[in-house]
Amino acid sequence: MPRNGGPRSSVTRVGSPFTGLGPVFMKELSDHLSSIRMMVLTLFVIVFGAFPVASSLQQLRTTVGADAFLFLRIFTIEPEQVPIPFVQALNFIIPLMAIGLGFDSVNSEFNRRTLSRVLSQPIYRDALLLGKFLGGLVTLAVALVALWLIVFGAGLLLLGLPPRGVEVARALGFLAVAIAYGGVWLAVSMLFSVIFRSTATSALCALGLWLFFFILWPMIAQAITLGFAPTEIRSVDELVSLQEFGLALQRLSPGTLFSEAVIGLLNPETRSLGPMLPSQLRGAIMGAPLPLDQSLLLIWPQITGLIAGMIVLFALAYVIFQRQEVRA
Amino acid sequence: MTDSVISARGLLKLYGAQRAVDGIDLDIRRGEIFGLLGPNGAGKTTTILMMLGLTEISGGTVDVLGFNPVREPLEVKRRVGYLPDAVGFYDHLTARENLTYTARLLDIPRSQVGQRIREAMESVELADVVDKRVGTYSRGMRQRLGIAEIVMKKAEVAILDEPTSGLDPHATIELLEMIRALKRAGVAVLLSSHLLDRVQSVCDRVALFNKGRIALMGTVVELANKVLGAGHPVLVEASGIDVAGALRDIAGVQRVTSEGEGGGAWRVVADRDVRAAVAQRIVSSGGSLTRLADLQPSLEEVYTRYFQQEVRHAA
Repeated sequence: MPRNGGPRSSVTRVGSPFTGLGPVFMKELSDHLSSIRMMVLTLFVIVFGAFPVASSLQQLRTTVGADAFLFLRIFTIEPEQVPIPFVQALNFIIPLMAIGLGFDSVNSEFNRRTLSRVLSQPIYRDALLLGKFLGGLVTLAVALVALWLIVFGAGLLLLGLPPRGVEVARALGFLAVAIAYGGVWLAVSMLFSVIFRSTATSALCALGLWLFFFILWPMIAQAITLGFAPTEIRSVDELVSLQEFGLALQRLSPGTLFSEAVIGLLNPETRSLGPMLPSQLRGAIMGAPLPLDQSLLLIWPQITGLIAGMIVLFALAYVIFQRQEVRA
Repeated sequence: MTDSVISARGLLKLYGAQRAVDGIDLDIRRGEIFGLLGPNGAGKTTTILMMLGLTEISGGTVDVLGFNPVREPLEVKRRVGYLPDAVGFYDHLTARENLTYTARLLDIPRSQVGQRIREAMESVELADVVDKRVGTYSRGMRQRLGIAEIVMKKAEVAILDEPTSGLDPHATIELLEMIRALKRAGVAVLLSSHLLDRVQSVCDRVALFNKGRIALMGTVVELANKVLGAGHPVLVEASGIDVAGALRDIAGVQRVTSEGEGGGAWRVVADRDVRAAVAQRIVSSGGSLTRLADLQPSLEEVYTRYFQQEVRHAA
């Protein structure tokens, strides 16, 4: 790989890096939306989403009580028949979708030998990569919005109860978090598609990372935390700091950030995402919901973390792509 | 302002310690077809990529139509059409959709796109398959579609990397005809190739690449004179007399060698055009002249001889 250095690094390029971004974005979007892969992914998501939602709706219909946030329970309740709530299913399925959309975005251009032809048109590589990322992200957003609307519509029909404004606002926030979470995994899969010329290798690596975070990381994080634990815990402070450390490790996984943000948004009673001290509970009414702005404040770090992760991964892919030779 | 569209001075490309392109000087004039020839790995493609600003330049300067490809790659790429080696298109899209995408990238006004695509596809004789998926195209058709893209772009310079590699002879001839058509339309064409015979027939000037340097540059005849020695070869087919003996003492003749098997054909090398004298001598000495042809020096011969010499020098 050639090195960026020497006299050229002082040379500035002329022209906007976003020249041609629109056409690339539109092409990626139309490619995604008309592809069979997208249909398969959508089917996958609907099947995966429909099961938990259908069963939670059934359960909610039988137990209509005085719940102020009944509508949000569709998303979070753990149904008896299907032991995963809807948000958990999404936590699992969104990465798969994002990986499916991004794993071959750059290397397939190499393999089809279209990259040098496209780059010989008046665009910078910036526009190509960003256009591909935005195309994937919007595709993902379209699928998630569709799913969200289906769930909402089913809730309206089957519960026969309109959601309150605050519920809609919280559900919309949940949608935004879900899209940001998808963006992280899209950036991961695009990073691999820039690094590896083979689409199979890139898909395998992205899926491997996904499985790692889902299956192995919680165990590893726990093992590390235990390893750092003192032989004897003498004070509450020690226990708290140990727990905080464990949580910090867990939060390296985007899945953890997503589920914490979702809990904060969809369970308005959530007051803390970490350990709670008795001092923090003083004066609190157990089970009383937080106002929306307080909930947002609570999950703000998680949202920032997701977006920052997405940007960092994209920037990494960008730097590697800039340094690659276009020659196949 | 000179009439050169591309000029390179001391162009250098380093891959680590290896000099892929080692200080070349090159001028390509408006309206000519210029051939970059040389073995694989001689630095032809790297030179092309540097001219387009698609790879970084380690040293020296290039100027393409008055623009610097390092600083103003967009301006260069707006005016220069590029057909990469084994060009790829999006197979799941039709030719029209592929060209429409390029047209959008080029920011061609929407009202003109349809017409420009139609004209371009007609010029490469693909108008009847414009709505077929590119996946169904043959190699030759893809290359022609690549030319159509350049035509649609209304490029001032066309850079074609190995445009005829992997094509059957018929498709090659068709493609070369399209390259000539580009020249007629006033486009300067830079093409790289190792198919010498074909290249010779279209190129006005050639540059012979060797290990990142330009070993020879000029018209095919100039190159032949340099490598094969000065001379004007003529092919003579005659019978009835001792042809070699009769021709040897014509003024200007340097060599007479028997050509091919079975005799009856001779290769005469002279320092001037001796065809008239040869004809006269044979007829006057009672022989029957069956063929008298001016032999164009073959680029293949130049190429082979040059690299043989190189090997000998190196040894």
